[in-house]
Amino acid sequence: MQEVEKTGYTADVNQFLTFTLGAEEYGIEILKVQEIKGYSAITHIPNAPPHVKGVMNLRGTVVPVVDLRTKFSMDAVEYTKFTVIIVVMVGDKIAGLVVDAVSDVLNIASSDVRPAPDLGARCDTRFISGVVSIGDKLAVLLDIDKLLTEEEVATAA
Amino acid sequence: MAKTVLIVDDSVSIRQVVGFTLKQAGFTVLDASNGQEALGKLSGQRVDLIVTDLNMPVMDGITLIKNVRSQPATRGVPVLMLTTESQDTKKQEGKAAGATGWIVKPFHPEKLLQVIARVLP
Amino acid sequence: MQVDLNNFRETFFQEAAEHLAEMEAGLLRLDQGSFDAELLNAIFRDAHSVKGASGMFGLDDVSGFTHALESLLDRLRSGEIRVTQKLTDLLLQATDLLRELLAAAESGAPAPERMAGVLQELYVAQRSPASTSGASPRIRKSDREPAPSGKTAYQVRFRPSAEIFSQGMDPLLILRDLARLGEAVTTEVDVQGLPALASMDPEQCYLAWNVRLETSNTVGEIRDIFAFVEDNAEIRVDAEELKTSTTAAPSAANMAPAAPRDASIRVATSKVDKLVDLVGELVIAQSMAREIVHNFSSARLAELQEAIAQMERHTRELQERVMSVRMLPIGHIFGRFPRLVRDISAQLSKNVRLELAGEETELDKGVVEQMGDPLTHLIRNAIDHGIETAEERVEKGKPEQGLIRLEAYHQAGSVIVELSDDGRGLDSERIRRKALERGLIAEADAFTDAQMYNLIFSPGFSTAEQVSDLSGRGVGMDVVRRNVESLNGSLSVTTQPGRGTKVRIQLPLTLAILDGLSVRVGRETYLLPLVSISESIRPRREQVKTLVGRGEAVMVRGEALPLIRLHGLFGIPTEVIDPCRGLTVIVEHAGRSFALLVDELLGQQQVVIKSLEAHYRKVEGVLGATILGDGRAALILDVAGLAQIARHPAGGGLAA
Repeated sequence: MQEVEKTGYTADVNQFLTFTLGAEEYGIEILKVQEIKGYSAITHIPNAPPHVKGVMNLRGTVVPVVDLRTKFSMDAVEYTKFTVIIVVMVGDKIAGLVVDAVSDVLNIASSDVRPAPDLGARCDTRFISGVVSIGDKLAVLLDIDKLLTEEEVATAA
Repeated sequence: MAKTVLIVDDSVSIRQVVGFTLKQAGFTVLDASNGQEALGKLSGQRVDLIVTDLNMPVMDGITLIKNVRSQPATRGVPVLMLTTESQDTKKQEGKAAGATGWIVKPFHPEKLLQVIARVLP
Repeated sequence: MQVDLNNFRETFFQEAAEHLAEMEAGLLRLDQGSFDAELLNAIFRDAHSVKGASGMFGLDDVSGFTHALESLLDRLRSGEIRVTQKLTDLLLQATDLLRELLAAAESGAPAPERMAGVLQELYVAQRSPASTSGASPRIRKSDREPAPSGKTAYQVRFRPSAEIFSQGMDPLLILRDLARLGEAVTTEVDVQGLPALASMDPEQCYLAWNVRLETSNTVGEIRDIFAFVEDNAEIRVDAEELKTSTTAAPSAANMAPAAPRDASIRVATSKVDKLVDLVGELVIAQSMAREIVHNFSSARLAELQEAIAQMERHTRELQERVMSVRMLPIGHIFGRFPRLVRDISAQLSKNVRLELAGEETELDKGVVEQMGDPLTHLIRNAIDHGIETAEERVEKGKPEQGLIRLEAYHQAGSVIVELSDDGRGLDSERIRRKALERGLIAEADAFTDAQMYNLIFSPGFSTAEQVSDLSGRGVGMDVVRRNVESLNGSLSVTTQPGRGTKVRIQLPLTLAILDGLSVRVGRETYLLPLVSISESIRPRREQVKTLVGRGEAVMVRGEALPLIRLHGLFGIPTEVIDPCRGLTVIVEHAGRSFALLVDELLGQQQVVIKSLEAHYRKVEGVLGATILGDGRAALILDVAGLAQIARHPAGGGLAA
């Protein structure tokens, strides 16, 4: 019986939004998700890290857009009108995450979450809060706070 | 029918607080920031009570009271002065000029209503 | 009935601040030596107003302190005590303390400790040889005495003054109030005073009343009823039993908890009315447009265009007017400077006079508020380093008193603030030496004097021999420049050695909107602040040079302007690499010009500045973002930042 890794959840069952990147399935806490939108024009920002594709207009507010494929060193794909942007809120900062598609909203019990195995350079385990089996697939649960507060989202000037 | 009170004070915050209190109590409220303005308001309409500060620019309270008492239309209108204790001589002056009564600053708005009740039928 | 005073506290604090500012201004004028009865009266009235109003809101510390201040001012204005330097100093101190008291009252913090000391001094000062010691601070008076139990019968006699009617009082109201206290068992009117009808004056009162009153109230409470009509009246209250109770119960102070202060603005009602009108017109124009769209046919295209144009006009006007709501006269912060100059001059033993001009010049409230610190520092600097000592000045043949002049005016959509002094001016040699020392420039660099003077705004720079505590207090000239630039403004300095120095600050009228030039680089659109742009040219082949060790430059009227390739700086793929095929926009910052290479100019537009830092972070070279008409976000570039990045070799290079 493996110890459940500390995940920082406060309840026993949490809701997650799951989405796909390539063949992989990922999930983030639904509480951090503000909305899901279709692709909109992204304006390039000079000298930004490669996974920060730029900024977009979210109803009058300018928010950064992070490409998770790039972040996880996957091959880039062309953005189409089916590309989805998940708008998340970390603290009082908003950011958009470009993903291939959104899958589902699932209730996941903390007891079902296992610690992350070593996925190699692909997905830095710093951002992973655990993995969980969904049917016959394995979904990687992301710690969105850690993922974004690195350099993407504003740090102290 | 609602009674009309004219508040005269150069302090906006006092006019606001007093005005609010009076309106809540069902009075119609007019205001002016000095004696001169007050006379202007009085010439326009019938007022049932005047509440006035004494220290104001342009025309002070005492002069206003004298004016009010000298005009037939307003001669009998009750006038309450807003005074402070350090102004005892002012208060006497005011009374001599024809003020009906006074209320000492600082006062709780509800106290104002009590005093007003004494001079209005 | 509860009266909620919270809403009005805001107004009170604003008003009090205004009164304090007036008081201070008045005291400063007094300081110049004139005993002016009217001036003293005005100062007294300000203190009096604050006292009265603060009492209304239960701010006892404030009203108690102001009372002492008022008493002293009262004696001054009546001539009982003479105005002396010491006294004005004390009064100014007291005004400062009062400001602190108000701030503490607003935030719910405790009163500053030195209040007791200053209070004491105020009382001591009130004692003139002839008078007795000053009045003690007023605490709330008791309104009530505890009522005795049991009813008592009183015989009350009331003969009002004959003049009672001409005081607007009706004696029957007194009887009514009397009756409310208990039970008026018998009331009889005494008509003995009535004269014959022919000699009766209808406006005189000839009647008296005798009332037998049964009540549990005290004699004091009964007599209270007559408080307004005591003068020249006969009032007797005789009881069969008399109880004496004199303990005073302080009435409850209605202390509203300090509400968090929202920043607020006072706006003229007329401005608001006009806005309401405009919004109405906009709504009408909009519904017209909607109607055309619903029932559209190509024949109506022109109509639709006109309707949209109308909406544009209304929106533009609305925008301007809403902006103007935020406008404050710069005099708002100028007001504190006379005092500042007085204090600093005294501290530094300099004799300096301050002249203000253009106080009515309006700019955005946010900008005004943030200009306080930079201007304060510049003034400090001018007095400290600019103005010479009185002896030095006399030696040089200058008037003994130094002059600092602060002027504000509008110029072509910006606000200009100029601070000039008639002191010793800047020494470009000294600056050059210092800059070399600090490694800010290289030996071989050739700078114009203008560029040299602007170096004083570089970080880590200071030409003062001793960094006096005042000016060197961690606020350098570079911070001043950064503050100004963070407001999208710019700063420059000119000087005449030996004659004086002038610092010129250019500020936008508003923080939120920017006049920009949109340019295209590759597929990206950027905005450049119009205020930074001098001109744009398509250089001829011979104008573009590469200078050894210095990178590319464009020759404009004999001057070599460093060329910055935006596509290179930002890593944007574009076909326009040849400067002669694209456009170079000549921009200026801190007295130096650069040439920015872009693909093409798209046009001028006014844009709303959106923060990039709110959700991302500060990006060097970028001032903010905006949303274009097509919904895309576009970056607004910051010339100072661009110049900075361009210095790095990686950025497409230029030195100095």
